[in-house]
Order: sequence, then C-alpha cells, then structure tokens
Amino acid sequence: MAKQLYYEDVEVGSEITPLKKIATTRMLVQYAGASGDFNPLHYEEDFAKSLGVGKPIVHGLLKRAWLVNLMTDWIGEKGGLKKLSCRYRGMDYPRKMKTFDEPHDGDTWWCKGKVTKKFVQGDENLVECEIWVENDKGEKNTTGSALTALPSKAK
Amino acid sequence: MAAFVVTDSLKQLIGQKEKPVVLKIEEGAIQRYARAVGDSNPLFSDVEYAAQSKWGRVMAPPGFTGWPIASGFDMFKLFERLAKAGAPMGLLDGGVEYDFLAPIGDGDILVMEIKIAGIEGRETKMGPTMVTTIESTFTNQRGAVALITRNTFLNF
Repeated sequence: MAKQLYYEDVEVGSEITPLKKIATTRMLVQYAGASGDFNPLHYEEDFAKSLGVGKPIVHGLLKRAWLVNLMTDWIGEKGGLKKLSCRYRGMDYPRKMKTFDEPHDGDTWWCKGKVTKKFVQGDENLVECEIWVENDKGEKNTTGSALTALPSKAK
Repeated sequence: MAAFVVTDSLKQLIGQKEKPVVLKIEEGAIQRYARAVGDSNPLFSDVEYAAQSKWGRVMAPPGFTGWPIASGFDMFKLFERLAKAGAPMGLLDGGVEYDFLAPIGDGDILVMEIKIAGIEGRETKMGPTMVTTIESTFTNQRGAVALITRNTFLNF
C-alpha cells in the first residue's frame, strides 16, 4: 500500500495523486457482470445509436468507481471517505479489442483532484476535495467532490 | 425547446417507497467488483491481507453497495413505471451522491429502503428532460444506517 497521508500533509490547493485509467469494451462487459448494470446502452451499437449517443458509452458508474479508487488510494487505510458525489456531463467511449486481452489504441483517462478546504470538526480532521475524470483532450466529462477524514500526526 | 413538464401522474410517484430489499454482502462479489473497476487495493480483494487489517475481513470499496449492485432490486422496473406515467423513453444516468456512514464489508446484512425523492422538469442539451432522484438508505444488522445514496436519472 501507498504510504499513509496525514492531515498535516495537505493544504488547500494540494493535488491528489493522479490515477490513470483506460476503458475497453471487455472491461464494460466485466463491469456489467460484476455490478448488475446490464443496460444495452453499454454494449449494443444500434441501441446506443437509437438513444442518440452514437455508440456504446462507458458506464457513468465505472467512472464514479475510478474516482472512489482515486480517493481511497490517496487517503490510505487510516483515512475515511465520508462523502462522494459526481455528475456525468459527457459521454466517454471505450477502446475496442484487438485480441482476447489487448485493446486497440484509444482514449486514456486521468482521475485528478485537489483540496478545496481543510477544517477540524469535533474530533475529526476533514478535507474537502474537488475531483474529476479528464480525457486526452482535457475534457472533464465527470466531475464531483469528496469529503474525507484524515489521521493527524499529533495523535 | 423548453423544460420538461412534470405531469400529475408523475407527481403522484414522488415520495413513493419501494419494498425493502435485504442485501448480504459477500467477499466473492466484492472481489469481482474490485477487479472489474480496476481497484487493486488488497483490502478489497486479498482475504489474508484483509484478515490482518483492523477490519479483519474483506471490505467493500465505497460505492460497491447501492444501485445497481443491489441484487433483488430491479431499478429498470421502476423506470418502466415512470415511463407508464409519462417519462420520456431516453434514459441516462445523471450522477450519484453518497454519504458513507459506517464501513461495509463481507458478512454484513443490509436492509435497503428506496424511494423516489423527487421528479423535476428541466431543459438540457438532450432537449426537455425529466430529472428523477432516487434515494436509498442502507441499515446494517446492528441497526446503524451505513449508507445513503442519491441517484439522479435523466429521461429525455
């Protein structure tokens, strides 16, 4: 595991360690099975077209899971994620598969974030963050916020 | 273009509660989910590592619980009811908000209570759009509310 982050380590404006992700058609099928979200919007071309999104799109919930991954990796096991929210503002499209397990070239996404506020409430050291998923073109199609509690070096 | 107009038959659905669903959280499902979302945190997948942790068991990544993971609750049945009451056929996930109130992991048994918290009419880039908020509350076997989720769906 990554080293533990402490309340004293962060300031307003501090960057969350970015997390790189790709999505492939295979991963969307895997996510559908693991999550139970079998909406054909995520695997059937004609259905996706009929909804006006062009072709199958990445599950919003998968991008949300990436943002959770971003936060839990950053705050470490002694940190606690208290709130997280995100909105899906645009479509993202998966890479298609070249072989069983190797995708074609395509989009890469970066999950990023920064600290917007830090404060003590009761006995908790709280840190608020702005978080987002950004594509190669720098478009933020998924944006949100998170509230976490971090351990203090003082304790 | 204009905002979607929420009809009376749709307004009647606001506040409506679904039949509660019991969810048993188990490590196999957590492991499959963690692999599928590409989260390599051993706390969510490595049984031995998790057993040595302060929780002593495989924990669910935040967001594992809640629609659509909640087996036994078919959100699409709810969408069908909204469609019958006049919701436009196009459907997209608009976003989600979580309040994580207690840890959730292998062995927990949660009762999920679901209600339609709100239906609003708006204008979006998809055209006139109906925005539905569905709120779910998850209470664990110790009687504590472990999680509240608010999912937003767009019909256009």
